[in-house]
Amino acid sequence: MSAVPLDPEVPAQRPFDEVEPRGFLRHLVGQPVAVACLLYLMVVVLVAIVAPIALPDVAHTRSGDLAAIRQGPSGDHLLGTDSLGRDVLERLLVGTRVTMVGVAQAVLVVVVLGVPLGLIAGFFRGYTDRVVSWLADIAFAMPAIVMILVVLAMFPQSMPAAMVTLGVIAAPGLMRVTRSATLPVREELYIAAAQVSGLSRPYIIGRHVLPRVAGPVVVQVALVAASALLVQTGLSFLGLVVADPAPSWGGMVADGFQAITEEPWLIWPPGLAIAFTALALGLLGDVVRDAGAARWTPSVRRAPRRRRPGAVAAGAAQLAPADPEATGALLSIEGLTVAFDTPGGPRRVVEDVRFSIGVGETVGVVGESGSGKTVTAMAIIGLLPGAGQVEGGRIMFDGRDLAERSERELREVRGKQIGLISQEPMISLNPAYRVGWQLTEVVRRHCGLSRRDAQARALELLREVQLSDPEAVFRRYPHELSGGMAQRVAIARALAGEPKLLIADEPTTALDVTVQAEILELLRRLQEERDMAIMFVTHDWGVVADMCDRAVVMYAGHVVEQGAVTALFHGALHPYTKALLESNPHAAIGRERLPVIPGAVPKPGRWPAGCHFHPRCSLATDACRAQRIPLEEPVPGRWTRCIHHERLAQPKEGAVA
Amino acid sequence: MTTSTAPEAALPLDRTRVPLLDVRGLVVEFDVGRHCPPVRAVDGVDLSVAAGETVGLVGESGSGKTTLGRAVLGLVPVADGAISFDGEDITHAGNRRRRQLSADLQVVFQDPYSSLNPTRTIGQTLSETLRVHTRTSAAETSERVRSMLEKVGLDADAEQRYPAQFSGGQRQRIAIARALMAHPRLVICDEPVSALDLSVQAQVLNLLRALQDELGLGYLFVAHDLAVVRHLSQRIVVLYRGRVMEDGDAAVVFERPLHPYTQALLYAAPLPDPEQQRRRRAMRLRRGSASTVVPAEACPFVARCPHAVDACRTHRPPLETTPEGSRVACIRWRDLRAAGAVAQPA
Repeated sequence: MSAVPLDPEVPAQRPFDEVEPRGFLRHLVGQPVAVACLLYLMVVVLVAIVAPIALPDVAHTRSGDLAAIRQGPSGDHLLGTDSLGRDVLERLLVGTRVTMVGVAQAVLVVVVLGVPLGLIAGFFRGYTDRVVSWLADIAFAMPAIVMILVVLAMFPQSMPAAMVTLGVIAAPGLMRVTRSATLPVREELYIAAAQVSGLSRPYIIGRHVLPRVAGPVVVQVALVAASALLVQTGLSFLGLVVADPAPSWGGMVADGFQAITEEPWLIWPPGLAIAFTALALGLLGDVVRDAGAARWTPSVRRAPRRRRPGAVAAGAAQLAPADPEATGALLSIEGLTVAFDTPGGPRRVVEDVRFSIGVGETVGVVGESGSGKTVTAMAIIGLLPGAGQVEGGRIMFDGRDLAERSERELREVRGKQIGLISQEPMISLNPAYRVGWQLTEVVRRHCGLSRRDAQARALELLREVQLSDPEAVFRRYPHELSGGMAQRVAIARALAGEPKLLIADEPTTALDVTVQAEILELLRRLQEERDMAIMFVTHDWGVVADMCDRAVVMYAGHVVEQGAVTALFHGALHPYTKALLESNPHAAIGRERLPVIPGAVPKPGRWPAGCHFHPRCSLATDACRAQRIPLEEPVPGRWTRCIHHERLAQPKEGAVA
Repeated sequence: MTTSTAPEAALPLDRTRVPLLDVRGLVVEFDVGRHCPPVRAVDGVDLSVAAGETVGLVGESGSGKTTLGRAVLGLVPVADGAISFDGEDITHAGNRRRRQLSADLQVVFQDPYSSLNPTRTIGQTLSETLRVHTRTSAAETSERVRSMLEKVGLDADAEQRYPAQFSGGQRQRIAIARALMAHPRLVICDEPVSALDLSVQAQVLNLLRALQDELGLGYLFVAHDLAVVRHLSQRIVVLYRGRVMEDGDAAVVFERPLHPYTQALLYAAPLPDPEQQRRRRAMRLRRGSASTVVPAEACPFVARCPHAVDACRTHRPPLETTPEGSRVACIRWRDLRAAGAVAQPA
């Protein structure tokens, strides 16, 4: 375990994902409902196997104790007797087999037909897919009951014939489920890699695709089994599939039904057996589906709570009253600590973050994934994901603490005071509405304009973000935009409320360099025109050099360095900043090997004691491991969280391995 | 492993004449609908990779660089042109031939999360490739998996674990290990480091280079980050809308880009130095939009080109060879070169 350092690069916005994924079976066993259903079904199957062996005569007994027919439960007959005086319990137990065999036959046919056809259609697509889907459509158009009755007319009393027919008719449903689960898996790169490796297609389908689609298939099979049970009992109720003396649950219901006025009890034992079994299958399907989804969705879900009660005082008490410099700032973050609830207790992802942004200033927040830069941005606007909360510290914006504000007050701040653009502009646009309509709505909400005025303003915004044909974009749907256009629309949307601060979370990372240059140019111009401050979250030093006045470097939840961009690039005061700048291939042209930082960013929860960077730092001493390193200001306006920063200033000595 | 690498490393010397990979006039088309003509993602590209060489393939999204790599791998059908590997035409190689080729031709994809099957252990993923080519015992397979994991800088115990237990950088090392299991001669690297963090990116770039030196691998390196491409490549091919705009020695193309598109691409990337970047920003020239439709007979870049003249709109420039040995598809390359319209960025 210790040999390979584990996982640092969990994207910062999803820190709770590192909760170890629980195994499918373990998840299932952890659910009482699942355990109950599984136990019940195991008992039913066991009875189906054992009962006919233990009670071999029951299936052939035409009549029992004729003196005691249609009786309720008694000491001799625990579940009473039927119309011919036979013991209901015995018949119920023995009848389980015929019922279960019928279900098994139908399920077998459904699985054998549906799964391979679905896999083949989804994997090969194109012509194969069209033929298979076409056949499935035909099967869907067939009236199931009529077909089964026709088949039973040809093969009287043949349960296999009836159940196979049911299976054939139900198979397209499973085929569709399998196919649609296969389609996205088919696009995964590991499938392409397997093809490049020369693996045969049956092998790829069996080993790579099938395990990934198993979840939805199992759910669908459980549902098919439940409906097969109902069809089987329905047919035996009508006496179509099980010949007379042999018991079956459906036949027993029929018998009880005939005597319903004399002894209403008789329909209950088989009726409940059918109902419970169908219910167990259905519930199991649900639980299995949840267990399948649990591997991908965070296990902790709760209403967002901004601040942990009690931590407020503790967090705030350590802070001196806002210092004079900070009060002049538009945004000033002091000692911000954010934690996510995990099954193992709250886990800090951001710790004691402090920096400020002045009016009209551009500040770059730089860091690798897992550094906490996005979490910091999300904490400012109160949009931490479900399990995250501010544990301590203050987020002073325009003289008020955002961390203390209610959700309603925050909604006023978002958009109007603080705008946000993200890496994926498409996510912020609803694909179902035209760009113009969405933008108009935002303008109306922020500015309280009439629809007509809002439309005019929305168009003006599109013009301001320099779209070449704003009228055309106004009428388009989001999917009709290129990445660069979508980002411009997202910027227009963020500007609608005339914010004083724009939080730009990696807004150009997904774009081509040429488009990135245009977007950066646009942001620079907009900022000058509006005197708007920008908090630029990025991992790209080039973007920082291009855009920012000051930079805040984050590492493993800490601010490690802060200062004016020019000074920072010319002489970093933290070994991490220095090493990160040096490992950029820009700086190393012609050199054989790039200087690298050994190891990887530690995950939240695995931060080392003392300085978070010390295990990867060549300057580390015992002092770095022993104590908490404070953020110091050795040069006015420059901050570093390193006790060895003087050694960095000396040439060559600061080189990181 | 180590014993078998020595002869392979010697191969480049013998094969300077015949390139390992030779692509001639490659065309790849995609159907976009029943009533539309197919879209040409790759439009008549010539390209070659010698053994032990790295050729960088750069361009914006939609330039066809990834599609070209996939066509070489046989993952998309080829409409026209020829792809030959080691002198043999593999343009339309069937499944069986592809299976044999997979020993020589491998791939590392961009996304280290999607490129490993989460339901299979690292050992299973790595040993799969061996199944195709050789019948090896379980013990020998495991031995080879473990030694390959160590070669890419991972612990041999990783064999038993699942992809979810590794970070992005580690997964990319695993993907590289998978590609190298069958001792390929050419690896298509499709943006192998662009999903990685900067500090990890440097580690993986060093690994790729070290493995190349050790095993004599050829790389076709597809990327959009020019700094990364420049660091690793000996030669560069610049694609725009499926066509080669400029190709040549990496140092020449980067120091003196002749094609206006290459210039636009190079100067758009911000430099990690505030003063240099300020100077670079000042010399950027730009016009037009990437989405403008350009007539088939015109230069594909004409709508965005700051140096365009009327002739650019009426005929498509052929690739011409410059004195430096580069090839440029621009009718004005002589003017641009002479005028020094392209001052070098600092």
